[in-house]
This record gives sequence, C-alpha cells and structure tokens, in this order.
Amino acid sequence: MAKPIDQYTWKEIPIGCVVTDPGNAREYKTGDWKSQRPVVDKTKCIKCGVCWVFCPDAAIYKTEDGYYLANLDYCKGCGICARECWTGCISMVEEEK
Amino acid sequence: MSEKRVGMEVSIAVSEAVRMANADIVAAYPITPQTHIVEHLSELVADGKLDAEFIPVESEHSALSVCAGTSAVGARTFTATSAQGLALMHEILFIVSAMRLPIIMAVANRALSAPLSIWNDHSDVMASRDCGWIQIFTESGQDTFDQTICAFRIGEDRRVLMPVIINLDGFTLSHVVEPITLVDQELVDKFLPPYEPVYTLHPDKPLTMGAFGVPEVYAEAKKAQDVALRNSYPVILEIWNKWGELTGRHYHPVETYRMEGAKIALLTMGSFGEIAMEAVDRMREKGIAVGLLKLRLWRPFPFEEIRQAAQGLEILVVLDRAISFGGIGGPVCSEIKAALYQQPKRPKIFSFIGGLGGRDVPPEQFEEMVQQAMKMKAKRKVEEFITVGIRE
Repeated sequence: MAKPIDQYTWKEIPIGCVVTDPGNAREYKTGDWKSQRPVVDKTKCIKCGVCWVFCPDAAIYKTEDGYYLANLDYCKGCGICARECWTGCISMVEEEK
Repeated sequence: MSEKRVGMEVSIAVSEAVRMANADIVAAYPITPQTHIVEHLSELVADGKLDAEFIPVESEHSALSVCAGTSAVGARTFTATSAQGLALMHEILFIVSAMRLPIIMAVANRALSAPLSIWNDHSDVMASRDCGWIQIFTESGQDTFDQTICAFRIGEDRRVLMPVIINLDGFTLSHVVEPITLVDQELVDKFLPPYEPVYTLHPDKPLTMGAFGVPEVYAEAKKAQDVALRNSYPVILEIWNKWGELTGRHYHPVETYRMEGAKIALLTMGSFGEIAMEAVDRMREKGIAVGLLKLRLWRPFPFEEIRQAAQGLEILVVLDRAISFGGIGGPVCSEIKAALYQQPKRPKIFSFIGGLGGRDVPPEQFEEMVQQAMKMKAKRKVEEFITVGIRE
C-alpha cells in the first residue's frame, strides 16, 4: 500500500476496490482489536512453549533467551495462553492499564 | 446499410443481440418468463452460431456468481432472469456492482410470490432498486433488441465499468412477436469494440478483488461507487447518440409523447408506454392537454430530464407497477416526488399503482386516472396513492 488505508480519499480508491499489491495484508496490524494483553512473569516461566502451541493466531514468538512472548501487533488478547500455561505465569491485563 | 425487418419473438431478439455482441459466457438458470432467452442462447452455442461457453447452473445465486468470476477474468458475460430468480441473485447483485464488473442481464419482469404469479409487474426489479446496476426499461421489441447491444457498450466503457440490467416486461414483451429491424454484424462490430478490462484475475499479475473493507475505508468505497454510477450518465447519452447515428433509432433517458402544451402528464415505465400513448391520443381528441413521459433510464436517475419535463405541468400522474408495502405507495412516484420537491414550481403529483401480477390496464383506465387526478386537484384532496381497478 502506498499509504495507510485511513488516508485514502474516495477519489483515490481503485476501480472496484481492487488490491493491486499482492500480499499487502502483512502491513495490516490486527493487534489493536484486543482489550486485554498477556503479561509474562519470567520468574515463573519454565520455557515449555505450551503457549506458543496453543496461540490460535501464531502471535507468540520465542525470544533469544528462550522465553515466549506475544507480538502485540497481532495478539488479539483471547487469553488462551494464560488459560493453558502450566505454571500460571501469564496474566491478562486490561489494555488501558 | 442493408436492414432486415423481421417478425421475431422479443426473447429471441434479445438472444440474437447477445449473439451479435459476441458474448463469451452465458451463465443462467431458466425461469418463466425469461426462459426463451436462455433456451435460444443455449441453442446458438450448441449450433456453433455463438462462440461462447454456456454454463448451466443449479440456481440464480450460482448463475450470477459464475458471471462474477467470468467477468473478473475479462470475459464478456451475459445472464437473464425473472422475479424469484432475481431475488435469489440479490446478494450477488450488490457484489458485482461494487466490484465494477460489467455483466449484462436481461430481466423479464415478473411479479414476486406470494401468491405465486408468473405474470408481469415490476416488483422484482423494484426490490433490487438499490443494487448499484445501471437499470434500463424497454417499451418495445425493437427497443429491447437495441438496448441489449447498447448495454454491452455502456457497461464495458472504461469510464463506466458497471453491470447493466435491461428490464423487459415478462410476456407482454418477452413472449410477443414484434416487427424488429435487425442490424448488420458489421455495424455491431464497429459499434462494440472487444472488452478491454482495466483489471483481470490472472496468475501472472496477482491482485485481489472483493477484499475486506475496514470501517476506515468502507464509506470512501461506497462514495466512489455512487459517483461512478452517476458519472455513467453522460456516457450512456453519448452511446445512445452513437447508436442513433448508426441506426436512426434514438433513445433518451425520458421519452416524451405529445408533451407540447401539455398541462397534465402521465408517467409510465416499460411496455405500458404504448397503451398510455393510445389513452393520450383519445384524451387529446377530447381537448384535454395531456402528454406522456416514459422513464427509460431508472438508474442513474435522470433528475434534470424529469425536472425539465415537469416544467409547466399542473398535474403529473405516475403509474407504478409495484407496491412499497406500508410505505408511500409506488417506488417510482416517491422518487419523482423527491426529485421535484426542491423545485420552486412543481405539478401536483398523483400516485397510482396498477398492472400488478399481469393485470391489464387498458387505455380507459389511464383516462380514468387523469380524471381522478383532476378531481383530486380541484377538491384539494390528495390520497397517498390509489390502486387502479381494484375490486372494493
């Protein structure tokens, strides 16, 4: 995309809203849908990766030192990771806090 | 130019127009009274007279979905339907117009069930009024033949790129043998260049059609679509002019009949125009200054032509062939009223609904409508709408 979608005027919309740039969905960040975000307590984390397995949006990545964190650009805040975590090291925190 | 005047069923004339337009794809599901159009197209393809794929489908929803795909890859695409079929297409109607796919569709207008009726009125297309297609009503067989060819030229013009509905009254036009002057293939080839789409689906150049529209862009997309439909208006006039130059048959968004000095006008759409002309002749003989307006172009709506035509009128009688249940009455009349509302001087407008589900409206009833309108105006008592010829 030449520019963010919310800056297009109606005159700039391509005919039939055709998207001419393949694969540009990667520029679209979906993380702002969430109302809660996962916060990891590294003192409790055993680096098992069960959160990575269960994340339905493949938004969890492994850090260089072996912990698992959520990419907040894509995490929807569903809380499945917090529910599945064996040690309870993930807590869901309201976005506004 | 060698012209051939023949007696031909209007449905067959539509199919012949599609053959001359050299359509690439016909995808349709048969439904009365559209059936003869697709039957004949199927024959033309089977006999090798039209080099096209005829795609039989299991429903009208599928018919228009197939058309969306074939138009998206750049094929010249035609379909046809009626009533319940158009209703079943409803979802896809909006999709193909927003995607700016120039599919051409003949709608042999028929009443919507229930009660089940196969006969003619305009309730089918009025229920799809806001689908974003260019919508044209035809009055005669010749008109329908000409408009079918013009529709391809209009829809595929790069300044337009819109699907087009040609409305022809079921049975009263579709099944009637009329004198039709056919045109040479050479003339059609000259008039209608091959379709050159701006965007097509092709693996060499991937693109997305029909993508997601987030709240930040949906309104802009809809505004662009509306403006594009309005901007098709001058192009439609230009193409009808061109057809007029080539054939001597001229078409206008609002056709007028005996409007000179008229204080009263009737307004009709479709084949009722010919009956109303007879009524106008009879009333003129009696010294009543009546004329007739025939609305040919329904979308984009011809605001200026309607405003001009209404100048100097005291009474305008609009005959609708569909009911807006629980609403203001006739959908056409409510638009006419809205179009004239801001005018400093406007006629008294009277809404009549008639010809539902194949009921005849003979010339005497048109005369009666005018008489009733004159009485209501004199008494300053206007009914919201009157149903013509209803048994009380």
